[in-house]
Amino acid sequence: MQEEVKNNNIQTAKAWKPKILAIFCNWCTYTASDLAGVSRLKYPATTRVVRIMCSGRLDPQFILTAFSEGADAILIGGCHPGDCHYATGNYKCLRRFHLIQKYMKQMNIEPERLRLEWISASEGKRLAEVIGEMTETITKLGQSKIKQQVANIEK
Amino acid sequence: MKYLYYPGCSLKSSGKSYEESMLAVFKHLGIELQELNDWNCCGATNYMAINEQSAMSVTSRNLALAEEQGGSGEINLVAPCNACYMGLLKTKTYLENEQGLRDSVLQKLDSIGMKYEGRVKVRHPLDILVNDFGLDKLKMAVKKPLKDLNVVSYYGCQVVRPITAFDDASDPVYMDQIAMTLGATAVDWGMKVRCCGGSMTSTVSDVGLRLNYLLLKEAKRKKADIIITACPLCQFNLECFQDKISRKYGESVNIPVVFFPQLIGMALGLDKKELGLQRMFVQPQYL
Amino acid sequence: MSNNKEEIRIGVYICHCGHNIAGAVDVVGVAEYAAKLPNVVISKDYKYMCSDPGQELIAADIKEYNLNRIVVTSCSPLLHEKTFREATTKAGLNQYFMQMVNIRENVSWVNENFDDATEKSKDLVRAAVQRVAFQRALEKQKVPVNPNVLIVGGGIAGISAALTMANAGKKVYLVEKESTIGGHMAIFDKTFPTLDCAACILTPKMSSVKNHPNITLWTYSEVSNVEGFVGNYKVQVTRKPRYVIEDLCVGCMLCVEKCIFKEGKFPDEFNQGLSKRKPVYVPFPQATPLVAVIDDKTCIHFKTGKCTQTCKTACDRNAIDFDQKPEIKEIEVGTVLLTTGFQAFDAKKVPYYGYGKYPNVFTSLEVERMVNASGPTEGHVLTREGKAPKSVGIIHCVGSRDEKTHKWCSRVCCMYSLKLAHLIKEHTGADVYNFYIDMRTPGKGYEEFYDKLLHEDVHFIRGRVSEVTDWITSPEEEGKLIIRAEDTMIGMVRRIPVDMVVLAVGMEPRDDAQEIRKMFNISCSTEGFFLERHPKLAPVNTFTDGVFIAGACQGPRDIPDSVAQAGAAAAEALVLIDSGHVELEPNTAYIVDEICSGCKSCLNICPYKAITFDLEKNKSSINVALCKGCGTCVAACPSSAIKQNLFEDVEIFSEIKGIFVE
Repeated sequence: MQEEVKNNNIQTAKAWKPKILAIFCNWCTYTASDLAGVSRLKYPATTRVVRIMCSGRLDPQFILTAFSEGADAILIGGCHPGDCHYATGNYKCLRRFHLIQKYMKQMNIEPERLRLEWISASEGKRLAEVIGEMTETITKLGQSKIKQQVANIEK
Repeated sequence: MKYLYYPGCSLKSSGKSYEESMLAVFKHLGIELQELNDWNCCGATNYMAINEQSAMSVTSRNLALAEEQGGSGEINLVAPCNACYMGLLKTKTYLENEQGLRDSVLQKLDSIGMKYEGRVKVRHPLDILVNDFGLDKLKMAVKKPLKDLNVVSYYGCQVVRPITAFDDASDPVYMDQIAMTLGATAVDWGMKVRCCGGSMTSTVSDVGLRLNYLLLKEAKRKKADIIITACPLCQFNLECFQDKISRKYGESVNIPVVFFPQLIGMALGLDKKELGLQRMFVQPQYL
Repeated sequence: MSNNKEEIRIGVYICHCGHNIAGAVDVVGVAEYAAKLPNVVISKDYKYMCSDPGQELIAADIKEYNLNRIVVTSCSPLLHEKTFREATTKAGLNQYFMQMVNIRENVSWVNENFDDATEKSKDLVRAAVQRVAFQRALEKQKVPVNPNVLIVGGGIAGISAALTMANAGKKVYLVEKESTIGGHMAIFDKTFPTLDCAACILTPKMSSVKNHPNITLWTYSEVSNVEGFVGNYKVQVTRKPRYVIEDLCVGCMLCVEKCIFKEGKFPDEFNQGLSKRKPVYVPFPQATPLVAVIDDKTCIHFKTGKCTQTCKTACDRNAIDFDQKPEIKEIEVGTVLLTTGFQAFDAKKVPYYGYGKYPNVFTSLEVERMVNASGPTEGHVLTREGKAPKSVGIIHCVGSRDEKTHKWCSRVCCMYSLKLAHLIKEHTGADVYNFYIDMRTPGKGYEEFYDKLLHEDVHFIRGRVSEVTDWITSPEEEGKLIIRAEDTMIGMVRRIPVDMVVLAVGMEPRDDAQEIRKMFNISCSTEGFFLERHPKLAPVNTFTDGVFIAGACQGPRDIPDSVAQAGAAAAEALVLIDSGHVELEPNTAYIVDEICSGCKSCLNICPYKAITFDLEKNKSSINVALCKGCGTCVAACPSSAIKQNLFEDVEIFSEIKGIFVE
């Protein structure tokens, strides 16, 4: 068991690359993600997309769960203000985002690990840029220790 | 209004009257210029073409000096010579966008105990006059409107290109607007940004003289009384070879060529000497 | 919640998509990896999952292995979710037991490192396997479709679509911003490549629209509000006052004649400002409806209130009404067709071509009016001095194929420039020079037209024009405009002196495209034209069901293509109408009564007022018919009493956990 952990550590030390949870709304940012694909734009393979209908569906617990399960960062993507497919869902998302930021500060989690971006269906390029930037930032910041800390508490 | 001022070599020599007139006009308008201490070459030499990295290191020392002298926050550095202006602006822009270059230049600055944080904004006096000071205020300061004077504005190659920080890249109008503000008639012509020959007038003089001939001839055809410019080299080329050109092409191309602050100064009622007008080879009769 | 007793049996299918996925992801490795995941009974990779054999493979496996959950790992669900849901249904399984994983748009097309892409695909498959176990059987909800249709924009696309829909027996509301329908096509003289007269083919269609019993035509009107959803839109149309009562006016022009302005004084928009009109006017003789309009920005009555109102007294039908106010019309429609068209590029944005500076630089639209027999010069091509030009230069790609303005090719300019070259040559006999980057003539009879021009003594210079200037080098050039361009065929810069320059301006999105986009809840692509659902397979659909697009509002397009698209959009709308109902995704929210504490947090959060509060029960309740399934209330409920079908908490949480926990 101990040996396994050791091996694991060696592996992570060698080949760690950030894993970013991306929560995208169906209408704007998920479509932008498709557009980036269709346009063959290149960005690092660090994100894992979960699609929701509207950024207004974003439950703060999604963020906290992701961090405690090992996400190095989380990117939330919604429609630009005024463009929400459901009129105002993105504003509700923004409110929650501010709250989560406060909570993260209290928990001593680096603010860079959570990012909210308004990316419209036509902004495939922007999406690729954001993922590129975020990967760079998180790579510099290093692996998130939250999962380990949570595990320690639970012990 | 307070600015740091980078003169460059020309404004201290062949373009002395550019410096004199600009300082006089700015002082009159209440725009304060403070000369950059210990400035060095702007890099507008062949050096830039041979070794860009080294050339930009030399240029960037001026930017670093500006930050030292200018204190905290954003620093406006005024460079009246078009070549200095573009040399500094290009260096600043490259440093912002090219990480490899930035690292190497910063390292070189570090080796002489200097640093550059990227706080310098490179400005041209035209930009300052139109966007910071304002043409409305300039109009109010005019004492002797330049009535019935046909002015063509010659911008040269470097003031709006390749980097366009103000005005339009292909059809700049700031000097025309200034001329109109002074009460003159701004004559539109198609030669605003065409080449003055640069150093060709001395190296390959046939080519250089021909280019200047085309400019002067078109100014004459457009019935211009005077050409105004914002660059010491343009002014030098256009003014100093007029007799030679007239002989070579068998037609008179004589026309006064002055720096735009000289024109402003006259309209403001400043003294001719203060504006360095006595230095001009072709005396502007009207002024 | 899923039935605990039910054994979860998952089939995972990895698509190669030819080389599209298999070239960037180890598809076999992902399939082998998936086979070992909990509850996975079978895992396969296949060349094209969306093909018939691919779909049959899934159906056969469902029967053979008794599968009750399916994970298809291929492209975007926005593209093929429907396909695989149908395949699942065919095999007798509820379609919502299928989950898609996008490893094409989100992985193989964007991630370059093979190992990283494979790793990412495995993570995503694992997440989907965990999620799908919790997915439940759901049924789509059916809602009826209102058979009436709204068409916005009365250019050739809108006119064609309106006539098609009306002939199919549907009630059509055609709303046009200007005082007449006809759009840009009405401005043209002749159309390429056949050179048939635009008015001759367009105006009969315009009057058909006006006279069709199924079409309600509202010109000088704009859509001001849209509510509802596919099949059931409530639309508000504002009819701007034209100060002439449409039902009474017969277009006799007496009012125009008797206006106190004896001559036209204001730039005539229809003639591109080449002529002047009065404040009361009819844009052109075939305007439809043929009703005068009074422009309140230029009319003396509205400006000073001190007009003798000679127009009013002149009208023996009492059609003039200076007190007209904007009128709001409320209509209900099931489908919407947007055919709002384009605007021409503003040539002043490229000062080096001298438009607005040199009088004899014209735009192509101005020349269209000039060559038109009923135009401002009665068909004569004239310089501003009123002379026939001896030489004319046509500059292609003004505002097209240019990093500084618009990157796209406007598709029509090469052809219309050829047409104008032919017409100018025909009208004046002038030397005509075409300056082009590439000659783009893809279309039936188009290349042949180009060939014809090559034999008509028209000059072609291949190269981008750098500037139009009045700088001359010899006395013969006095008074001419000089076009400077690189001639790439001979590798030299040329100076061509001409009397007249025509700028072939490109097509760009209308200034109000963003407003319309927001109103109808659709998207624009990067350059600002309306975004289609799929560039190839759903070119007239949008991401909003029931809203279709056709013509140049979707991208630069010529007349034949606009008409074809209008037909396609009409057909799509007819499909919806004739099936009588639409099926909506069951992603609506619902409240678990036992958990709801009656805190009312959800009430204000719903943008559709779908949540009401039952005072007796002291609990909230959701009206499914109004809920659109955004899920905002779900996330807002402090007691987790609100759930969302298709996006249950447990589904999303297991997906998130699946990504990170091996």
